[in-house]
Amino acid sequence: MTLKVTGVVRHYPGNPEPTLKELSFDLPEGTLTALLGKSGAGKSTLLRCVMGLEPFEKGTIEIDGVVIRGTTESTAAERHLALARARERLGLVFQNFELFPHLSVIDNCTLALIKVKRQPEAAAKAKAREVLVQLGLEHRIDVWPEQLSGGQKQRVAIARALCMEPRVLLYDEPTSALDPSLKAEVLQTLQRVDATGVTQVVVTHDIFLAKGMEYVCVLDHGQVIEAGPPAQVLGAPSHESTRELLKHWQ
Amino acid sequence: MHALLLLTALAAAAPEPELRWGADAQGGAPYVFQDPTDPNHLIGFEVELAGALGKKLGLRARPIQGPWDKLLELLERGDFDLALNGIEVAAEKKRVALLSRPYFSAPERLTIRRGDANAPRTLEALKGRQVGTLPGSMAERILTRAGAEVRTYEGGQDEIYADLKLGRTDAVLLDAPIAIFYAEIDSDFENVPGEFGSVEYAVAFRLGDEERQAQVNAALEALIRDGTLRALYERWGLWSPEVARLLGDPDLKPRSPPEELMRWRAAVGKLPPFWERVRTRYPQVLPLFLKGAGLSLAVSLLAMVLAIVLGVALAMGRRYGPTVVSVACVAYIEFFRGTPLLIQLTMVYFGLPELGVKLSPFVAGVVALGLNYAAAEAENYRAGLESVPAGQLEAATVLGFSRLQSLRFIVAPQAVRIAIPPMTNDFIALLKDSSLVSIVTLTELTKTYTTLASSMRDHLGLGLLVALVYLLIGLPFAQLARVVERRFARHLKRGLA
Repeated sequence: MTLKVTGVVRHYPGNPEPTLKELSFDLPEGTLTALLGKSGAGKSTLLRCVMGLEPFEKGTIEIDGVVIRGTTESTAAERHLALARARERLGLVFQNFELFPHLSVIDNCTLALIKVKRQPEAAAKAKAREVLVQLGLEHRIDVWPEQLSGGQKQRVAIARALCMEPRVLLYDEPTSALDPSLKAEVLQTLQRVDATGVTQVVVTHDIFLAKGMEYVCVLDHGQVIEAGPPAQVLGAPSHESTRELLKHWQ
Repeated sequence: MHALLLLTALAAAAPEPELRWGADAQGGAPYVFQDPTDPNHLIGFEVELAGALGKKLGLRARPIQGPWDKLLELLERGDFDLALNGIEVAAEKKRVALLSRPYFSAPERLTIRRGDANAPRTLEALKGRQVGTLPGSMAERILTRAGAEVRTYEGGQDEIYADLKLGRTDAVLLDAPIAIFYAEIDSDFENVPGEFGSVEYAVAFRLGDEERQAQVNAALEALIRDGTLRALYERWGLWSPEVARLLGDPDLKPRSPPEELMRWRAAVGKLPPFWERVRTRYPQVLPLFLKGAGLSLAVSLLAMVLAIVLGVALAMGRRYGPTVVSVACVAYIEFFRGTPLLIQLTMVYFGLPELGVKLSPFVAGVVALGLNYAAAEAENYRAGLESVPAGQLEAATVLGFSRLQSLRFIVAPQAVRIAIPPMTNDFIALLKDSSLVSIVTLTELTKTYTTLASSMRDHLGLGLLVALVYLLIGLPFAQLARVVERRFARHLKRGLA
């Protein structure tokens, strides 16, 4: 499953510069990719455009053959249809997890399976249990989100997304809301998911996390300025902005 | 034979033809009021007159409750066939209704506090003085012309005299029957002799209903001729030279004792001690209060259902609808929130018939209350919806939920918890506001209280009783709301598992 972004432009009204400027990149199937960049580089905006939470003016986003076009290039009905089809293959883990507080852990994971994918309740529960066990949450299945620690909440959010069997899973700053001591746990979780063949894109400011990825993409002013394996991009950056970014983080 | 039997059976099953007559029982004695010794019965000289008219016309007289100052509007709307409740013969009444020949005549009586040396005793002396009377009455017009500072009362006549007794007004000007039944039985008052104007009462009919007017006029003439009317007035202590002259009777003096007036004096002249009332009188009025409470509850529950359904639609339309829908929802909310419920109820009941929509009193009450409270509910639900972080809706969206599914399964359950406490407040407020439906002929709990308090001249004790009934109705709903709120908040306030 591939995620291919071609010439995407996103311009917020009132801003002099577009947030995404003809942004393009192509991620091979099954990769674990870090999306790096300074604040305002367009990382989160890109995720939101991919997920259809925000419109974009120009360009295309292609998810496993499903093409979503910009608002000036397609009708609302076309976009809506393409988004609905794309979302079947996509998942997103929010920065602050956005677990549904009125539902237990298992219900957080099964509700979409039952209501969206029309799976029988028993099958949905079995699937959710399987994923929760995989992520080490077997003792938290029936509790409320409020009763979980930060790391557990994040794993539940990942489990909820994985239950929908996405081909591409996006993460928005997965460590920013967590205690620094949990970074290793997050990386371990990402690698565990990577083993299942899901393409993962992780927006992060965290150099430790980025180093554990297979691929790193650096964004600056709405464009990809550098991409490659972590050893290349983080070890010997070729772009001045990347060097500044790394200097700042170190 | 079979056909005859069938016809007989049908005739037996058919409802007896009725003469629906409108009156306000809160007006009190001696017109139309609840018997203070047995409040389940309506009595008064006009109750007897309506019964006598019905008998002459071959109809069963059925009283319909309505506020006195709205009787002619209700008559025009068709809520009853005629209004018979101290309707004065006056030009402004004749403009909006047909009137029968007068059936009663009485002077206006000025009442003051006994021993009040500064009290006004002439029409001229009323200028600039505070004088109590009924709104829209002949007495009010006389007082206005005399330059008095007029204070009118929407409640019963008892309140007008109570204010005089407490020194809040300097005098009371009302029709003689009222003065006889309220002022003359109380030694704290003095009726001032003198000429203050007079009034005649007539039966009112809808404009164009000349046929019924002629029938009632003929019936009244018959009642005068056969002495029924004279006997009736004598029993109520209302036979006077003015009435004798009006009815063309040469015999000015009454021939029989005023039994009903004496019975009234005995019943309400001196209020029994509180605990005696609790033992003897209040058990009698309890069924009436329960009946009124049932109506209040039915109106309130149905209105709340309407308010909730409409309120949800308005809140959703305002928050998630396209601009046109959102603006329309805001306009609705501002209109219904910003205008008095009484006006809305009046518009629904009296105004909509102009557009061909004629609702029954019960439906009009439910609709007006429901439309009004929908605006408040919409704002409660909007607050609830806005309390749910936008990220929750986005999380639902990326999981593939439709907008409707997101609202139903994710947003609404979280919003409900926020909306329940103000909803409970609104229901209790609605229950109390349902008292306004009394203007559309419904005798709900508050109206039951005001009419009983007026006829039994007991405001405090009955007031405590009706307050208790309101509390007993409202408390279970408050308790239920707490249970529901706890149910929706069960995921909160727990420690780490």
